[in-house]
Amino acid sequence: MNNSKETAEVTTPVNSSRRDFLSKAAVAGTVTIAPGIFLHRTAGAAVADTDVSEIEASEAADMNTSVSTRPLDQDVSNKNRWGMLIDTTRCATGCTDCVDACNEENGLVGHGRPETDTQYIRKVTLKSKSTGHELSLPLMCQHCETAPCADVCPTGASFVRADGIALVDKHICIGCRYCMMACPYKARSFVHEAVENQKLTAPRGKGTVEACTMCVTRVDNGGIPACVEACTAENHNAMIFGDLRDPNSPLSIELKKHGGKQLRSDLALNTGVRYQGLNE
Amino acid sequence: MTRFLRPLLVLIGFMLLSTSTLAETPFPTIHEPSDESKKCIHPEDEMRRNHMNYILHERDETMHEGIRGEPEGLANCINCHVEPNESGEIAGIETKEHFCSACHEYAAVQIDCFQCHADRPQKYIDRSKHSSSLRDQLQRTLAAAEAATEGARP
Amino acid sequence: MSKIEYTSLEGKSLPYFGLLGGLAFMMLLAIGSVFYMEHEGHHVTGMTNQIVWGMPHVFAIFLIVAASGALNIASIASVFRKKIYEPMARLSALLAIALLTGGLIVLLLDLGRPDRLIIAMTYYNFKSIFAWNIILYTGFFGFVGVYLWTMMDHTVYKFKPYAGFSAFVWRLILTTGTGSIFGFLVARSAYDAALMAPMFIVMSFSFGLAIFLLVLMATYKWNNMELGDVVLNRLRNLLGVFVAGVLYFTTVYHLTNLYATQHHDVERFLLLDGGILTSVFWIGEILIGGLIPLALIYAPGVKNCRTTLGFICAMIIFGGFSKIYTILIAGQAYPLEIFPGYEVSSSFYDGAINSYTPSLPEIMLGLGGIALTLFIVAFALKVLRFLPVSLADSVADPHHVK
Repeated sequence: MNNSKETAEVTTPVNSSRRDFLSKAAVAGTVTIAPGIFLHRTAGAAVADTDVSEIEASEAADMNTSVSTRPLDQDVSNKNRWGMLIDTTRCATGCTDCVDACNEENGLVGHGRPETDTQYIRKVTLKSKSTGHELSLPLMCQHCETAPCADVCPTGASFVRADGIALVDKHICIGCRYCMMACPYKARSFVHEAVENQKLTAPRGKGTVEACTMCVTRVDNGGIPACVEACTAENHNAMIFGDLRDPNSPLSIELKKHGGKQLRSDLALNTGVRYQGLNE
Repeated sequence: MTRFLRPLLVLIGFMLLSTSTLAETPFPTIHEPSDESKKCIHPEDEMRRNHMNYILHERDETMHEGIRGEPEGLANCINCHVEPNESGEIAGIETKEHFCSACHEYAAVQIDCFQCHADRPQKYIDRSKHSSSLRDQLQRTLAAAEAATEGARP
Repeated sequence: MSKIEYTSLEGKSLPYFGLLGGLAFMMLLAIGSVFYMEHEGHHVTGMTNQIVWGMPHVFAIFLIVAASGALNIASIASVFRKKIYEPMARLSALLAIALLTGGLIVLLLDLGRPDRLIIAMTYYNFKSIFAWNIILYTGFFGFVGVYLWTMMDHTVYKFKPYAGFSAFVWRLILTTGTGSIFGFLVARSAYDAALMAPMFIVMSFSFGLAIFLLVLMATYKWNNMELGDVVLNRLRNLLGVFVAGVLYFTTVYHLTNLYATQHHDVERFLLLDGGILTSVFWIGEILIGGLIPLALIYAPGVKNCRTTLGFICAMIIFGGFSKIYTILIAGQAYPLEIFPGYEVSSSFYDGAINSYTPSLPEIMLGLGGIALTLFIVAFALKVLRFLPVSLADSVADPHHVK
C-alpha cells in the first residue's frame, strides 16, 4: 500500500498503437494511478473474506479498501454512497500531507493571493473555548446528501451525484457564487483568474465555482481520493474512505463501532464526511 | 425549434461569409497526426459535422452519470491532434495553429472548452515547479491566521 | 375631475442631451470596467472567496428592490383606487421597469461567466430561489409592460384594473423572492430569517418612493411644469410611514437575534465590534437612512420645502445602500460557525472576520446600472407620453376647490 504514492508518479509512456492508446486514454487519464488502483482492488477482495470485527483502527491502511466496482459504462447509482471518516486524534497539527496531495492531484497553484486562491481542502486548527483542548483536522466539501449548494444553484450546475458525491458541472456554471453563499462549510472557491494546463481529471477555469470532488475520477475507477491515499501512505491513517451504504464496509463498521460526528449536524444535511474526536 | 433555427443560422452564416470574411481568411490548414497509422474513431466528414454532438453527449454522461471510457471525449481529440511542431513547441488554443482554433476561427464559432480543459496532451505539460510554492503560501497564511487568533486571546 | 392630459418631453435642449451624454459616458465606463473584470478575472475586484458578493450586488439588489417599490404609486392608484395617484401611474411603471433593467444588467455583468446568459435562461433548477427570481424578473417586465399598455392605449383601457392588480401581486412576490435570497440561506448566522422577505418589501416601498419623488421633482422642475404641494405632501407622508416601517423591521430583526444566545456573537459584531460595518449600520442605515429623514418628514417648519424633501429622499437612498451593504457584506464578513465552542484558524480564513475593500471597477459597474436606469427614463419620457401636463393642486386634488 505504501508504494502506491511512488507508483502514482510514474507516467506511462504513450503507446504508438492507436487502439492501445485510445483504450488507455479512455480510462480518463487514470493511466498514472492504475497501479494504485490494482493494489486497492486486491486488498479489497482480501478484506471481504476476513472477519470484519477483527479489523482495528490501527489498520486503517487496510480499511481504505471498499472501492467502486461499478463497470464504467454503467450509470452511477444510489447503491453506493461514498463517504469519509476523519479521526482527528490521529491528525497532526502542522501536517499538510492531505492538502499537498490534493493540490498535486488537482493541479491547484497559488498566485500569491491567499484570499482568492482556490483551496479544496485545508487544515483547520481548533482550540476548545471551555477546555482548551487543541486539535487539527482537514476540512473540505462535506458531500451533503441534501446539499444547500445544489438547492440554490439556478442552473443545476451544482448537483449531488447518485452515489453522494457533490460536484460542480462547470459546463453550465454561470459563476453567480450563490452556492458559496449557501455552503455551511465554506468548501467552495471561485476561480478568480484564467487557468491553463489543467490536469486531465481536474478541469477548472476562470469564472466558475469549484470544490473538492472526492477525486471522482479516481473513485469511479475503483480508487480512493488523493488526500486519503496520502494520509494512509504516510502512515497517519487519520482518514478512511468508503461506502456508507454498505454495512460491511470498513467505514460503516468503524462508524457503527465508534460513531462519527457530522459538522453542523443541526442543519440535518446528512454529510458524507464524518469526524471523530470532536468533543469539546 | 432547431429545425427552423438551423437553416436560419446557416443563412446568416452565408451572409456573413459572403461579405468580407471569405475574401480575407485563408482556408485553415488542419493538423493531421504525425503518426499516419492513426485513424480517427469516425470518418473525417462525420467528425467535421458532428464532433460537437459527440463531445457534448460524452460530457453530460461523464459529468452526471459517471460513465467513463467512451472514446468520444475531448481529451482523446487533443491527444491525437495536438502535437509539437518542428521546433518542439505546441501552438496554444489562442493561436491559429492549434487544431481546434484553426477551424473555429475560420467558421467564427467560439469554443468554450479550453477555459477549463487543457489545450494540449498532459505529457507536454511541465508541473514541476508549482506545488511547492503553493505549500509555502498556505503555510504562511496559516501561520498568520494562528498568530491573529493567539493575539485575540486574552 | 377632468381627464388627465399627458405629454412627452420635447427633449431638444442642450441640458437634456448633456444629461443623456453624461449618463452614456457613465455606462461606457461601466462597460470598460466589465471588460477589465471579465478579462482579468475577479481577482482585480475586492471580492474574494470570503466576500463572494460585493459592490455590484449591493447596487443590483438596491435597484431591484427599488424597482418593485417604484411601482407602488401606480398600484395605489389602480388597486386601492386613490385618485390623486392616478396621473403619476405611468411614470411609476416606467421607473419600475427602468430600475429593474439597471439592476439586472449589473447582476448579469458581474457573473463569472456572463457569456453564458443563454444557459441561465435554458437550464432551470426549480428548487433554487435564484431560478425563481429569473422567472419573477422576466414576469415583472411582462406584467408591468402590459399594465403600461392598458394605461396608455385607450382601446385596452378597460383591462387596466386587472393588469394593475396582477402587477401589484407580482411585485409583492418578486420582492419576497429577492428577500428570500438571503432568508433561505441557512448556513450564515446573519441570514436565515423569514423576516427577510417582508423586510425587503417594506424596504422596496421606501427606496422606490424616494427615487420616484426625486425623479418626479427633477423632471417637473427642469421642464418648468407645475407640481403642486398637495401631491408632494401626500407622497412625503407616505414616505414617512415607509421609513418608519423599515426601522421597525430592522429593530425586530435585531431584537430576535439578541434574544437568542446563539446569535449574541453575530449581533455583537453587527452592532458593536464590526468596525466600519458597524459605523455603516448606525450612521448610514439608522441615522441618515432612518431617524433624520423621519424627523425631517414630520418637522412642521419644512413642510412645503422641496429642497428639504430632495435631501430627505437622497438620505433615504443613501441609507438604503447602507442597509443593503450591511446585510450583504457584514453577513459575509462574519465567519461561518462550523465548530461551535472552538476557536478556529486556518489558511482559508476560518474563524476570521473577513475584510472587504470595494474596487473601482465594481463601483463603476454599479454606477453604470444607475446611469442605465436614468437613461431609459429620460429617453422614454421623450418618446412617449408618460407625464401629466400639470400636477398643480387644482388638477391633482379632486377636493381642491377653485
